[in-house]
Amino acid sequence: MTNNNTKGMTLIVKTITRLTVGLILLYGIYIVLHGHLTPGGGFAGGVIIALSFIHLMLAFGKDVALKKVSEPIASLFESIGAVLFLSIALIGFVGGYFFLNFIDKGTAFKLFSAGTIPLCNIAISFKVGAGLFAIFVALVLLKIGSKGEE
Amino acid sequence: MFELYALLLFMIAAAIIAVQIKDLLSSVIAVGAVGLGLSVVFLILKAPDLAITQLVVELLCVIILIRAVVKRETTTTEDTYGFLTVIAGLIFVGVFLFFVHPALKELPNFGEPLMRVAKNFIEVGQAKTGASNLVASVILDFRAYDTLGEATVLFTAVIGVLVVLRRTGRKRKDEVIKDDE
Repeated sequence: MTNNNTKGMTLIVKTITRLTVGLILLYGIYIVLHGHLTPGGGFAGGVIIALSFIHLMLAFGKDVALKKVSEPIASLFESIGAVLFLSIALIGFVGGYFFLNFIDKGTAFKLFSAGTIPLCNIAISFKVGAGLFAIFVALVLLKIGSKGEE
Repeated sequence: MFELYALLLFMIAAAIIAVQIKDLLSSVIAVGAVGLGLSVVFLILKAPDLAITQLVVELLCVIILIRAVVKRETTTTEDTYGFLTVIAGLIFVGVFLFFVHPALKELPNFGEPLMRVAKNFIEVGQAKTGASNLVASVILDFRAYDTLGEATVLFTAVIGVLVVLRRTGRKRKDEVIKDDE
Protein backbone atom coordinates (compact mmCIF):
# COMPACT_ATOMS: atom_id res chain seq x y z
CA MET A 1 0.00 0.00 0.00
CA THR A 2 2.17 2.78 -1.22
CA ASN A 3 1.19 6.20 -2.37
CA ASN A 4 3.21 6.17 -5.55
CA ASN A 5 0.93 3.49 -6.94
CA THR A 6 -0.83 5.39 -9.65
CA LYS A 7 -3.72 2.97 -9.91
CA GLY A 8 -6.87 3.45 -7.93
CA MET A 9 -8.38 6.63 -6.62
CA THR A 10 -6.89 9.87 -5.25
CA LEU A 11 -4.66 10.35 -2.23
CA ILE A 12 -7.59 11.41 -0.03
CA VAL A 13 -9.49 8.20 -0.71
CA LYS A 14 -6.39 6.11 -0.16
CA THR A 15 -5.63 7.72 3.19
CA ILE A 16 -9.18 7.31 4.44
CA THR A 17 -9.24 3.73 3.20
CA ARG A 18 -6.05 2.91 5.04
CA LEU A 19 -7.64 4.15 8.26
CA THR A 20 -11.04 2.51 7.85
CA VAL A 21 -10.52 -0.79 6.09
CA GLY A 22 -9.24 -2.56 9.19
CA LEU A 23 -12.13 -1.29 11.24
CA ILE A 24 -14.63 -2.54 8.67
CA LEU A 25 -12.99 -5.96 8.65
CA LEU A 26 -13.02 -6.11 12.45
CA TYR A 27 -16.66 -5.05 12.52
CA GLY A 28 -17.54 -7.86 10.12
CA ILE A 29 -15.73 -10.39 12.29
CA TYR A 30 -17.52 -9.01 15.37
CA ILE A 31 -20.91 -9.34 13.64
CA VAL A 32 -20.12 -12.94 12.74
CA LEU A 33 -18.85 -13.99 16.16
CA HIS A 34 -21.71 -12.34 18.04
CA GLY A 35 -24.35 -13.55 15.59
CA HIS A 36 -26.08 -15.63 18.25
CA LEU A 37 -26.15 -12.78 20.79
CA THR A 38 -26.86 -9.59 18.87
CA PRO A 39 -28.47 -8.78 15.52
CA GLY A 40 -26.39 -9.79 12.56
CA GLY A 41 -25.08 -13.22 11.84
CA GLY A 42 -23.12 -15.11 9.26
CA PHE A 43 -24.69 -13.65 6.16
CA ALA A 44 -24.44 -9.97 7.10
CA GLY A 45 -20.99 -10.39 8.63
CA GLY A 46 -19.73 -12.25 5.60
CA VAL A 47 -20.93 -9.50 3.30
CA ILE A 48 -19.23 -6.87 5.48
CA ILE A 49 -15.95 -8.82 5.33
CA ALA A 50 -16.27 -9.03 1.55
CA LEU A 51 -17.04 -5.30 1.42
CA SER A 52 -13.83 -4.49 3.30
CA PHE A 53 -11.78 -6.22 0.61
CA ILE A 54 -13.88 -4.61 -2.12
CA HIS A 55 -13.22 -1.25 -0.46
CA LEU A 56 -9.51 -1.99 -0.69
CA MET A 57 -9.86 -2.96 -4.33
CA LEU A 58 -11.82 0.15 -5.25
CA ALA A 59 -9.39 2.51 -3.56
CA PHE A 60 -6.02 0.96 -4.42
CA GLY A 61 -6.75 -0.85 -7.65
CA LYS A 62 -7.15 -4.54 -8.16
CA ASP A 63 -3.52 -5.56 -7.74
CA VAL A 64 -3.25 -4.59 -4.06
CA ALA A 65 -6.42 -6.41 -3.11
CA LEU A 66 -5.64 -9.47 -5.19
CA LYS A 67 -2.24 -9.68 -3.50
CA LYS A 68 -4.08 -10.15 -0.21
CA VAL A 69 -6.85 -12.46 -1.40
CA SER A 70 -6.59 -13.86 -4.88
CA GLU A 71 -9.45 -15.42 -6.74
CA PRO A 72 -8.44 -19.08 -6.21
CA ILE A 73 -8.13 -18.41 -2.47
CA ALA A 74 -11.61 -16.87 -2.44
CA SER A 75 -13.02 -19.89 -4.23
CA LEU A 76 -11.18 -22.17 -1.81
CA PHE A 77 -12.62 -20.36 1.22
CA GLU A 78 -16.09 -20.52 -0.25
CA SER A 79 -15.81 -24.27 -0.70
CA ILE A 80 -14.40 -24.64 2.81
CA GLY A 81 -17.39 -22.75 4.19
CA ALA A 82 -19.86 -24.91 2.31
CA VAL A 83 -18.20 -28.15 3.38
CA LEU A 84 -17.93 -26.93 6.99
CA PHE A 85 -21.63 -26.05 7.13
CA LEU A 86 -22.65 -29.37 5.61
CA SER A 87 -20.36 -31.36 7.89
CA ILE A 88 -21.76 -29.61 10.97
CA ALA A 89 -25.17 -30.69 9.75
CA LEU A 90 -24.03 -34.24 9.08
CA ILE A 91 -22.30 -34.65 12.45
CA GLY A 92 -25.76 -34.20 13.91
CA PHE A 93 -26.52 -37.71 12.70
CA VAL A 94 -24.25 -39.01 15.47
CA GLY A 95 -26.78 -37.90 18.03
CA GLY A 96 -29.89 -38.59 16.02
CA TYR A 97 -30.91 -36.31 13.21
CA PHE A 98 -29.82 -33.74 10.65
CA PHE A 99 -28.71 -30.41 12.16
CA LEU A 100 -28.81 -31.68 15.71
CA ASN A 101 -27.41 -29.10 18.10
CA PHE A 102 -24.96 -31.54 19.62
CA ILE A 103 -22.67 -29.22 21.58
CA ASP A 104 -23.49 -28.14 25.12
CA LYS A 105 -25.78 -25.09 25.07
CA GLY A 106 -23.96 -23.18 27.81
CA THR A 107 -25.36 -20.09 29.49
CA ALA A 108 -27.34 -17.63 27.46
CA PHE A 109 -25.80 -14.21 26.70
CA LYS A 110 -22.28 -15.65 26.90
CA LEU A 111 -19.99 -15.67 23.88
CA PHE A 112 -19.44 -19.42 24.06
CA SER A 113 -23.00 -20.63 24.10
CA ALA A 114 -25.74 -21.88 21.81
CA GLY A 115 -23.94 -25.05 20.68
CA THR A 116 -23.41 -25.27 16.95
CA ILE A 117 -24.94 -21.91 16.04
CA PRO A 118 -21.68 -19.89 16.25
CA LEU A 119 -19.89 -22.55 14.19
CA CYS A 120 -22.62 -22.40 11.56
CA ASN A 121 -22.33 -18.61 11.55
CA ILE A 122 -18.59 -18.82 10.91
CA ALA A 123 -19.09 -21.35 8.11
CA ILE A 124 -21.76 -19.22 6.45
CA SER A 125 -19.60 -16.11 6.75
CA PHE A 126 -16.74 -17.91 4.96
CA LYS A 127 -19.12 -18.96 2.25
CA VAL A 128 -20.91 -15.67 1.74
CA GLY A 129 -17.88 -13.40 2.08
CA ALA A 130 -15.62 -15.42 -0.18
CA GLY A 131 -18.40 -16.08 -2.66
CA LEU A 132 -19.41 -12.44 -3.08
CA PHE A 133 -15.77 -11.36 -3.24
CA ALA A 134 -15.18 -13.97 -5.94
CA ILE A 135 -18.12 -12.62 -7.92
CA PHE A 136 -16.77 -9.07 -7.62
CA VAL A 137 -13.27 -10.15 -8.64
CA ALA A 138 -14.68 -12.01 -11.62
CA LEU A 139 -16.64 -8.92 -12.69
CA VAL A 140 -13.60 -6.65 -12.30
CA LEU A 141 -11.04 -8.91 -13.95
CA LEU A 142 -13.28 -9.65 -16.86
CA LYS A 143 -14.05 -5.97 -17.40
CA ILE A 144 -17.79 -6.02 -17.44
CA GLY A 145 -19.43 -3.82 -20.01
CA SER A 146 -16.27 -2.97 -21.94
CA LYS A 147 -16.62 -5.36 -24.79
CA GLY A 148 -15.22 -2.77 -27.18
CA GLU A 149 -11.81 -2.85 -25.50
CA GLU A 150 -11.21 -6.53 -25.93
CA MET B 1 -47.03 4.36 11.56
CA PHE B 2 -46.64 7.74 9.84
CA GLU B 3 -42.93 7.35 9.16
CA LEU B 4 -43.56 3.90 7.69
CA TYR B 5 -46.01 5.28 5.13
CA ALA B 6 -43.70 8.20 4.36
CA LEU B 7 -40.87 5.76 3.70
CA LEU B 8 -43.10 3.59 1.54
CA LEU B 9 -44.09 6.61 -0.55
CA PHE B 10 -40.41 7.57 -0.82
CA MET B 11 -39.54 4.06 -2.02
CA ILE B 12 -42.35 4.02 -4.57
CA ALA B 13 -41.27 7.41 -5.90
CA ALA B 14 -37.63 6.28 -6.11
CA ALA B 15 -38.66 3.09 -7.90
CA ILE B 16 -40.65 5.05 -10.48
CA ILE B 17 -37.69 7.39 -10.97
CA ALA B 18 -35.38 4.40 -11.40
CA VAL B 19 -37.55 3.02 -14.15
CA GLN B 20 -38.32 6.26 -15.95
CA ILE B 21 -35.13 8.31 -15.84
CA LYS B 22 -32.94 8.42 -18.92
CA ASP B 23 -29.52 8.60 -17.24
CA LEU B 24 -28.37 5.12 -16.22
CA LEU B 25 -26.20 6.30 -13.30
CA SER B 26 -29.10 8.24 -11.79
CA SER B 27 -31.25 5.17 -12.24
CA VAL B 28 -28.75 3.03 -10.30
CA ILE B 29 -28.64 5.61 -7.52
CA ALA B 30 -32.44 5.61 -7.35
CA VAL B 31 -32.35 1.82 -6.97
CA GLY B 32 -29.91 2.32 -4.10
CA ALA B 33 -32.34 4.78 -2.52
CA VAL B 34 -35.08 2.14 -2.67
CA GLY B 35 -32.83 -0.34 -0.88
CA LEU B 36 -31.83 2.21 1.75
CA GLY B 37 -35.49 3.03 2.40
CA LEU B 38 -36.25 -0.68 2.75
CA SER B 39 -33.43 -1.00 5.27
CA VAL B 40 -34.87 1.83 7.38
CA VAL B 41 -38.33 0.26 7.09
CA PHE B 42 -36.94 -2.98 8.52
CA LEU B 43 -35.38 -0.98 11.33
CA ILE B 44 -38.71 0.70 12.14
CA LEU B 45 -40.46 -2.68 12.09
CA LYS B 46 -37.93 -3.87 14.71
CA ALA B 47 -36.05 -6.31 12.52
CA PRO B 48 -32.41 -5.21 12.92
CA ASP B 49 -31.05 -8.48 11.49
CA LEU B 50 -32.81 -7.87 8.23
CA ALA B 51 -31.89 -4.20 8.26
CA ILE B 52 -28.17 -4.96 8.50
CA THR B 53 -28.34 -7.63 5.81
CA GLN B 54 -30.41 -5.46 3.49
CA LEU B 55 -28.07 -2.51 3.93
CA VAL B 56 -24.84 -4.39 3.19
CA VAL B 57 -26.24 -6.39 0.29
CA GLU B 58 -27.68 -3.21 -1.21
CA LEU B 59 -24.28 -1.51 -0.88
CA LEU B 60 -22.60 -4.39 -2.70
CA CYS B 61 -25.19 -4.40 -5.47
CA VAL B 62 -24.95 -0.63 -5.96
CA ILE B 63 -21.15 -0.79 -6.11
CA ILE B 64 -21.29 -3.51 -8.77
CA LEU B 65 -23.98 -1.68 -10.75
CA ILE B 66 -22.14 1.64 -10.62
CA ARG B 67 -18.95 0.00 -11.85
CA ALA B 68 -20.90 -1.68 -14.61
CA VAL B 69 -22.53 1.61 -15.64
CA VAL B 70 -19.45 3.84 -15.47
CA LYS B 71 -17.44 1.56 -17.73
CA ARG B 72 -20.08 1.68 -20.45
CA GLU B 73 -19.85 3.95 -23.42
CA THR B 74 -23.54 4.78 -23.57
CA THR B 75 -24.78 6.08 -20.25
CA THR B 76 -28.28 7.02 -21.26
CA THR B 77 -31.21 4.97 -22.36
CA GLU B 78 -33.59 5.98 -25.06
CA ASP B 79 -36.38 3.54 -24.32
CA THR B 80 -39.81 5.08 -24.31
CA TYR B 81 -43.05 3.39 -23.48
CA GLY B 82 -45.82 3.37 -26.03
CA PHE B 83 -49.45 3.93 -25.22
CA LEU B 84 -50.35 0.25 -25.65
CA THR B 85 -47.57 -0.86 -23.30
CA VAL B 86 -48.90 1.32 -20.50
CA ILE B 87 -52.48 0.16 -21.08
CA ALA B 88 -51.42 -3.50 -21.10
CA GLY B 89 -49.43 -3.00 -17.89
CA LEU B 90 -52.38 -1.38 -16.15
CA ILE B 91 -54.72 -4.16 -17.28
CA PHE B 92 -52.37 -6.83 -15.95
CA VAL B 93 -52.01 -5.04 -12.61
CA GLY B 94 -55.81 -4.79 -12.42
CA VAL B 95 -56.27 -8.51 -13.14
CA PHE B 96 -53.60 -9.39 -10.59
CA LEU B 97 -55.23 -7.23 -7.90
CA PHE B 98 -58.66 -8.68 -8.71
CA PHE B 99 -57.53 -12.24 -8.18
CA VAL B 100 -55.23 -11.52 -5.24
CA HIS B 101 -57.86 -9.50 -3.39
CA PRO B 102 -59.49 -12.49 -1.56
CA ALA B 103 -56.09 -13.73 -0.43
CA LEU B 104 -55.12 -10.28 0.88
CA LYS B 105 -58.37 -10.05 2.85
CA GLU B 106 -57.55 -13.31 4.62
CA LEU B 107 -54.23 -11.99 5.94
CA PRO B 108 -54.11 -11.35 9.68
CA ASN B 109 -53.79 -7.77 10.85
CA PHE B 110 -50.39 -6.17 10.70
CA GLY B 111 -48.19 -7.75 13.38
CA GLU B 112 -51.09 -8.55 15.64
CA PRO B 113 -51.66 -12.24 16.23
CA LEU B 114 -48.73 -14.59 16.42
CA MET B 115 -48.90 -17.79 14.45
CA ARG B 116 -48.79 -20.95 16.47
CA VAL B 117 -45.35 -22.07 15.31
CA ALA B 118 -43.84 -18.61 15.76
CA LYS B 119 -45.28 -18.38 19.25
CA ASN B 120 -43.74 -21.72 20.10
CA PHE B 121 -40.36 -20.60 18.77
CA ILE B 122 -40.47 -17.46 20.89
CA GLU B 123 -41.40 -19.40 24.00
CA VAL B 124 -38.90 -22.24 23.81
CA GLY B 125 -36.25 -20.76 21.51
CA GLN B 126 -33.76 -19.56 24.05
CA ALA B 127 -34.14 -22.54 26.35
CA LYS B 128 -33.73 -25.06 23.56
CA THR B 129 -30.87 -23.52 21.62
CA GLY B 130 -29.17 -21.26 24.14
CA ALA B 131 -28.94 -18.41 21.62
CA SER B 132 -30.16 -15.09 22.92
CA ASN B 133 -30.67 -13.79 19.39
CA LEU B 134 -33.91 -15.49 18.46
CA VAL B 135 -33.40 -14.97 14.74
CA ALA B 136 -30.14 -16.91 14.85
CA SER B 137 -31.80 -19.70 16.78
CA VAL B 138 -34.52 -19.95 14.13
CA ILE B 139 -32.40 -19.76 10.99
CA LEU B 140 -29.55 -21.93 12.28
CA ASP B 141 -31.37 -24.42 14.48
CA PHE B 142 -35.11 -24.76 13.95
CA ARG B 143 -34.99 -23.92 10.26
CA ALA B 144 -31.36 -24.75 9.48
CA TYR B 145 -32.43 -26.88 6.56
CA ASP B 146 -33.74 -23.75 4.80
CA THR B 147 -30.44 -22.01 5.48
CA LEU B 148 -28.63 -24.93 3.86
CA GLY B 149 -30.81 -24.48 0.79
CA GLU B 150 -30.10 -20.76 0.72
CA ALA B 151 -26.36 -21.43 1.01
CA THR B 152 -26.65 -23.87 -1.89
CA VAL B 153 -28.41 -21.21 -3.97
CA LEU B 154 -25.57 -18.75 -3.33
CA PHE B 155 -22.96 -21.41 -4.10
CA THR B 156 -24.67 -22.18 -7.39
CA ALA B 157 -24.89 -18.48 -8.22
CA VAL B 158 -21.15 -17.99 -7.63
CA ILE B 159 -20.31 -21.02 -9.76
CA GLY B 160 -22.60 -19.73 -12.49
CA VAL B 161 -21.01 -16.28 -12.50
CA LEU B 162 -17.50 -17.69 -12.59
CA VAL B 163 -18.35 -20.06 -15.43
CA VAL B 164 -20.21 -17.52 -17.55
CA LEU B 165 -17.73 -14.70 -17.12
CA ARG B 166 -14.60 -16.75 -17.62
CA ARG B 167 -13.09 -15.32 -20.75
CA THR B 168 -10.77 -18.13 -21.69
CA GLY B 169 -11.52 -21.73 -21.06
CA ARG B 170 -8.97 -24.27 -20.04
CA LYS B 171 -5.82 -23.78 -22.07
CA ARG B 172 -4.50 -26.54 -24.20
CA LYS B 173 -0.81 -27.26 -23.97
CA ASP B 174 0.23 -25.82 -27.30
CA GLU B 175 -2.25 -22.95 -27.21
CA VAL B 176 -1.02 -19.47 -26.42
CA ILE B 177 -3.64 -17.08 -25.17
CA LYS B 178 -2.94 -13.39 -25.33
CA ASP B 179 -3.28 -11.89 -21.89
CA ASP B 180 -4.26 -8.23 -22.17
CA GLU B 181 -4.57 -7.40 -18.51
